[in-house]
Amino acid sequence: MAVTDLQKQSSFLRNTREKLIQIALLLAATVSILTTIGIVFSLLSETIAFFSEVSIIEFLTETEWTPLFSIKKYGIWPLLSATLLTSAIALLVAVPLGLVAAIFLSEFASDNVRRTIKPLLEILAGIPTVVYGYFALTTVTPFLKNFIPTLSIFNSLSAGIVMGVMLIPYVASLSEDSLSAVPNSLREAAYGLGSTRFEVATRVVAPAAISGIVASIVLAFSRAVGETMIVAIAAGQNPRFTFDPTVPVMTMTSYIVQVSLGDTPYGSLSYYTLYAVGFTLFLFTFILNIFSYWMVRKFREVYD
Amino acid sequence: MTVHDLEQNNPNALEARNMSVYYGSFRAVKNVNLAIEKNRITALIGPSGCGKSTVLRSFNRMNDLVPSARVEGEVLFHGENIYAPGVDPVNVRRRIGMVFQKPNPFPKSIYENVAYGPRVNGWRLSKREMDELVERSLRGAALWDEVKDKLNQNGLSLSGGQQQRLCIARALAIEPEVILMDEPCSALDPISTLKIEELMFELRRNYTIVIVTHNMQQASRASDYTAFFLMDSDRAGQLIEYGPTAQIFQNPKDERTEQYISGRFG
Repeated sequence: MAVTDLQKQSSFLRNTREKLIQIALLLAATVSILTTIGIVFSLLSETIAFFSEVSIIEFLTETEWTPLFSIKKYGIWPLLSATLLTSAIALLVAVPLGLVAAIFLSEFASDNVRRTIKPLLEILAGIPTVVYGYFALTTVTPFLKNFIPTLSIFNSLSAGIVMGVMLIPYVASLSEDSLSAVPNSLREAAYGLGSTRFEVATRVVAPAAISGIVASIVLAFSRAVGETMIVAIAAGQNPRFTFDPTVPVMTMTSYIVQVSLGDTPYGSLSYYTLYAVGFTLFLFTFILNIFSYWMVRKFREVYD
Repeated sequence: MTVHDLEQNNPNALEARNMSVYYGSFRAVKNVNLAIEKNRITALIGPSGCGKSTVLRSFNRMNDLVPSARVEGEVLFHGENIYAPGVDPVNVRRRIGMVFQKPNPFPKSIYENVAYGPRVNGWRLSKREMDELVERSLRGAALWDEVKDKLNQNGLSLSGGQQQRLCIARALAIEPEVILMDEPCSALDPISTLKIEELMFELRRNYTIVIVTHNMQQASRASDYTAFFLMDSDRAGQLIEYGPTAQIFQNPKDERTEQYISGRFG
């Protein structure tokens, strides 16, 4: 009898403890979801406030952005074009170099080389972006001026290139992971048919890893769209609708920095522009992430 | 007699002479002498770890893919040592094909799986010639009737047995002289296994087949010659006995062969 009581008691204590732990874990998981919902909600409500004063048609069709001037115009295109231009330049640098690095690391490098180079690449990802920004402004731009004399001090070219360098480790590391995940049996099959190392890498391994490679590119793109310090420092503060990489421009993120730092009165229309731009930015990266999720699911091969 | 006639009269497709294989300092296979006859099925049998797969993989230099592996001795193919300096392993593998233990089709369409070999080998084929080659290879692997209406489907969508026949078709497409099979049925059900064995008999007319198998019944019913391997006291694999399959199974000369095939160990 006494033994049975003891058993009951200990199992009661254990069950209660298990329950408490479960609740604590659930709470921790909910915090991040609630934060995201909170951010979206505050972005959305302020954005709606903005669009009650500025028409969404003006926002999407006007090609000038002058909310802080006396003649106010609210066209997102100058900011959007700058963001797209710097991101495109960054991807032109990061994707080829990142993919070559990934294929080298996964298919050609010996274990020793891989063990040395991978951490080095990851150090690149650890450099603060503000350092990259000044590197672009004070080193890359003067260097590029040797070849392009008309290059402005602030321009999207050097900001884009440096941003691309920053993104190389993202592309390389994620792509390398998905290349290494391709089963060795496929490599053997390809070698057995008389493929060279290069053919194995490019015709069998890379296509088999395509979902991960595309995901790494989309992630790099979404990182480039959201990148702030490099473009704020090196690309300029001049909102203009252009795809000329040699002139100063202003990205969405640079604009947010400018307004946040300035003395824009709370509740004014120029204050709300912050949220409209922020929401556009959010929408952009959100769509990119959904796209990458869809790509991964569509192209992933399941090997048993 | 010309060199060509000599070659024609050579009954052997492959010949290992005093071949040893090392992984680092470990000798996995010791002094193997083995001549593989043309247009015959030769089975390599023996307990786990006896080096039979290693021997098979040295026949088309697949062991080169293991960084620490090293081969001593000779493997003659058309009288030429495939391990001689200056021999490109890529060229060796184009003429000595391989089918693996687990079916490993590429995550591409059935058509592209078969067309892969000719493409990387730089064969300049018209669309029609490639279609014909794909059909011929799939027929050769007894898979054509099952897949002719779905050549654009992913090779991974087939059943395990079909996948393995697709891998055989893929190997046939580059028209090799020898096909090495490394336990090709170990991942398959009995019916698929039977199909592959029937297929091997068909293929024997045009190809030389070397098969590693764990399955003694398979060796006895599906091969012309059998080579029995066993590891010695330093765990190095050795060829114990080699001869016509009927003789190995009914009247083995070596006591250890007799013990192994009667199921006393391994």
